[in-house]
Amino acid sequence: MLTTPALNYNLLAPILIVLGGALLGVLVEGFIGKAYRARIQIVIALASIAAALGWVISIHNVTSQSAAVDSVSIDGGGLFMQGAILALAFVALLFFTQNDHFAPQASALPGSVEEAEAIRAGVQMTEIYPLVLFAVSGMLLFPVAHDLITLFVALEVLSIPLYIITGLARRRRLLSQEAALKYFLLGAYSSAFFLFGGAFLYGFSGSLSLGVIRTAAATPGSNHIFLFLGVLFMSVGLLFKVGAVPFHSWTPDVYQGAPTPVTGFMAACTKVAAFGAMFRIFIVGFGAIQTDWRPLFVGVAIVTMAGGAIAAIVQRDVKRTLAYSSITHAGFLLAGVIALSKAGLTSMMFYLVAYGFATIGAFGIVTLVRDSTGEVNDLNRWAGLGKKSPGIATAFALFLMSFGGIPLTAGFIAKFSIFTAAYASGNIAIVVVGVLSSAIALFFYLRVVLIMFFKEPTDETVTVAVPSFLVSTGIVICFAITLVLGVYPNLLFNLANTMTTLVP
Amino acid sequence: MRTSSHLVYLIALPLFSAALLLLLGRIADKWGHLLATLISATTFGIGVAEFFSMHSQSGANRAVTQKIFEWISVGNLKVDASLLLDQLSVCFVLLITGVGTLIHIYSIAYMDHDKDRRRFFAYLNLFIAAMLLLVLGDSYLNLYVGWEGVGLASYLLIGFWNQNPAYAVAAKKAFIANRVGDVGLSLAIMISFAQFGTVSFAGVQAGAPHASPVALSAIGAMLLLAAAGKSAQFPLQSWLGDAMAGPTPVSALIHAATMVTAGVYLITRSNFIFDASSTARILVVTVGVITLLFGAIVGTAKDDIKKALAASTMSQIGYMILATGLGPVGYAFAIMHLLTHGFFKAGMFLGAGSVMHGMEDEVNMRKYGGLAKLMPITAVTFGLGYLAILGVPPFAGFYSKDKIIETAFNQGGGKGILLGGAALIGAGITAFYMTRVVVLTFSGARRWKEGAHPHESSILMWAPMVVLAIGSVASGFLLSFGSSLVNWLQPVVNASNSVGGKELMNPWVVSLLALAVVVLGAGYAITKYRTVEAVAPEKVSIFTKAARKDLFQDDVNDALLVKPGKALTLGLVATDNYVIDGAVRLVGWVLSEISDVLRKIQNGYVRTYALIMLAGVFIGALIIWVVTV
Repeated sequence: MLTTPALNYNLLAPILIVLGGALLGVLVEGFIGKAYRARIQIVIALASIAAALGWVISIHNVTSQSAAVDSVSIDGGGLFMQGAILALAFVALLFFTQNDHFAPQASALPGSVEEAEAIRAGVQMTEIYPLVLFAVSGMLLFPVAHDLITLFVALEVLSIPLYIITGLARRRRLLSQEAALKYFLLGAYSSAFFLFGGAFLYGFSGSLSLGVIRTAAATPGSNHIFLFLGVLFMSVGLLFKVGAVPFHSWTPDVYQGAPTPVTGFMAACTKVAAFGAMFRIFIVGFGAIQTDWRPLFVGVAIVTMAGGAIAAIVQRDVKRTLAYSSITHAGFLLAGVIALSKAGLTSMMFYLVAYGFATIGAFGIVTLVRDSTGEVNDLNRWAGLGKKSPGIATAFALFLMSFGGIPLTAGFIAKFSIFTAAYASGNIAIVVVGVLSSAIALFFYLRVVLIMFFKEPTDETVTVAVPSFLVSTGIVICFAITLVLGVYPNLLFNLANTMTTLVP
Repeated sequence: MRTSSHLVYLIALPLFSAALLLLLGRIADKWGHLLATLISATTFGIGVAEFFSMHSQSGANRAVTQKIFEWISVGNLKVDASLLLDQLSVCFVLLITGVGTLIHIYSIAYMDHDKDRRRFFAYLNLFIAAMLLLVLGDSYLNLYVGWEGVGLASYLLIGFWNQNPAYAVAAKKAFIANRVGDVGLSLAIMISFAQFGTVSFAGVQAGAPHASPVALSAIGAMLLLAAAGKSAQFPLQSWLGDAMAGPTPVSALIHAATMVTAGVYLITRSNFIFDASSTARILVVTVGVITLLFGAIVGTAKDDIKKALAASTMSQIGYMILATGLGPVGYAFAIMHLLTHGFFKAGMFLGAGSVMHGMEDEVNMRKYGGLAKLMPITAVTFGLGYLAILGVPPFAGFYSKDKIIETAFNQGGGKGILLGGAALIGAGITAFYMTRVVVLTFSGARRWKEGAHPHESSILMWAPMVVLAIGSVASGFLLSFGSSLVNWLQPVVNASNSVGGKELMNPWVVSLLALAVVVLGAGYAITKYRTVEAVAPEKVSIFTKAARKDLFQDDVNDALLVKPGKALTLGLVATDNYVIDGAVRLVGWVLSEISDVLRKIQNGYVRTYALIMLAGVFIGALIIWVVTV
């Protein structure tokens, strides 16, 4: 007689709410007329994310426990990541709502008559909202997954919708579709590594559970070669998702090709999910053998920080610049994983939130800077923006300063605390490279500020679309959080300090 | 320790006013400058009040703190946003707000014609707020916030006239040099935290005697790097000359009196680190001596009046850095020289601004000459500053600079002779180039551009100059009378009352030596320039640019150090231009080359990307293999 496994729906509710919202969205696509779809979809998406966020907040103090037969562990660390993902996704979604970012019909050939007609009719596809919700549900599962199968399922659930929405840009569709295909191929490639790594770990420990793998790894004398291969291959999958060098090549192309609001969403939320999962896997599963994998991560972190910062110097495209900036930040965040301490986790949580809001805000502003053909991503044409729209340019400058780690922005506190945690754990090399890289990185953030404020507007200078209410709200939220967390970071630290528990 | 609830206003008021002026925009154009000046004067008032309330207490009880809120709390890292006003920081508070207010007043007239005057004043207030935070922070991290803030404000102010691309380039250069310094400061903070578990001054001071010498030397070296970036010390000095592209009041406030002295503050504040590490002290005196000579020699070759003054600033800060490296006895003299220098150098910069204002923004001293009659107030105030920087008794520099030279000699042995000798030679060169500036500007024939109508500036401009000139005359005596400053700073820096404890040189001998060198340098300059102008007065007035350049360039070099000296001067100027700028450019070039290679790897082909990933996997496997086997 089979007993049904006990599921704690209270703890799984955030994931289920978002999934439910996504399914509802699919129904809307099927049964509601085109005229109303967009509005209804926006409401459903925002409402389900808000509801899930509310639920996460209501359960944020529960004792750590397994929620679904040891495959999902709900604990402080996991709930914090879920909350961060939901908050970031909510703000990111606000930027989906203004202007025509998305192709009218994903199936219409670029340049075809059908496409031209659809554009004239002014329609946009609205499947994007359920797809985002599916991706969010995968992201919510990823950092709380406690066994290898759940991890893999979550990874795919979050990835596949992202591949699709990357290809949905309305303008420069070929670039967008190329990016989607690249992302998909390389994503599949990295997933294969991830899965393969999981297989090795199962072969090594005889179990899919992170807890059992840890116990087995701590036992000396067993056949560690499979363990190490498993760790290496799983790292590849995770490092790919966060965009760490040398698994980063997709990042600039995909960030550039994807519709800009999608880029902002992807850059912020995927990173939280992937770093959340990474921290859990490496501390819970492989904590016992940290001396074996740490050098690998130190190496990756160093080349990621330096490579991202250096490569950004010659970029001319604002989205590519931000893409390299996000690579650099992945390197800084790895410092938190390497620290492998409570302080490391707290700093990483803070960093993810600080970075996430600044990123969404920055990409959100990119959606507003336009000319008659759509968004303008060529940095040279941003000249003199500071004179034309001082408000928008100031907000963008603040986000860049936060990326650069200038005091009184959230980015400074984030960087300082994460480096301090890494330094305190004895990883001095990474801190030295990190500080140098952020000095280099600051150079290109500064260049953008220079272009905006210290260059005369040219004839080709662009206009800034008047932001709608939702978009303005989004920018204001990102701006306020970046500033407030810079001046009074303990608002978040006090919360993060209490949420560092991880189910073993 | 006493607590106070109103220290925060020192920072909050100017910060608020800056934000207000920036946010209100054009609406505030009419009164923005007045508000900013008023706020600056108010902070000075608070500073004076704090000083007197402090003065009424006894020595150890003078310091005041204010905790604003708990700032960062993560893991073991706990940092409060709190302020500390002690005997050291109150000196800076008075200097910053006092000189700052004078420069606000001066700028009302100086920036009168600028359509963005309001924005300029907003930045000035922002600077005051950041600089006050720098000197009032009670931990390295709070200091760092101010440190970055003054960098930002300075950057905005240098680039203020950003219509001119050269100015934007100058702003960028200053930014890069400062970044290098900032890397030093952030590493120093990290090491401090790892070593002491805290970043507050009090905590580090308590832990310093028990720390490992290696860590102390590392912290000291990193702090010195930070100081070198901010204070334009060797090898990060090259930005200061270019920063002169900003409006002149900015040069007076930021690049003469306050921000560039932040490095001296940092080292003095960290006296417990440097007292405990002789290695760090040796580095400090080396940097100080090199810079004081370097700046002085570069000063002899500059024709741009502001760049000559900038080189001089660099050199004078070299004296201060040298003093801070001389152990407990030196700190008080470094601060004393910093304060007197704040008066006379700010005064001279304002004088230069007044001259430029009268000469339609001409900065080339070769196009000045004979201005003393037309701009008497400027000439007299500038002259008093000149006497002060030369160290002629009883002007301010005499008290402060001679003490540094004396302390350097009193180090004893070869070290003492080397340091003291260098400081003495520096004084001679200072006399030479400052005399050159004065002679070229205020006396001799008129070599003006056509259409120049020099005139004395308005009272708003000359009144601050007069106040600063009074400071140039009297501040040295006041600060050293009865060792007042040394005693005042005693609780903070453990400054010893007598010079070095052991007087190897009689103070009178040092003073006479210094005076002799100064007279020699100044006399040499006067004779050289008198001869030139006596021989060819007409030539000078009609000379083409190129001819003049040759004339003066050769003249300066021959006059100064004849042949070996010529090589040295050119060499140093070339070092400045090629080696140090070159190094900065080289780093930029290398980085952008690597960046280019990386761009080529990023070729858009999925197969390449997949191969890179695969290579990554192999390298990863190799690393794990090496580590585990």
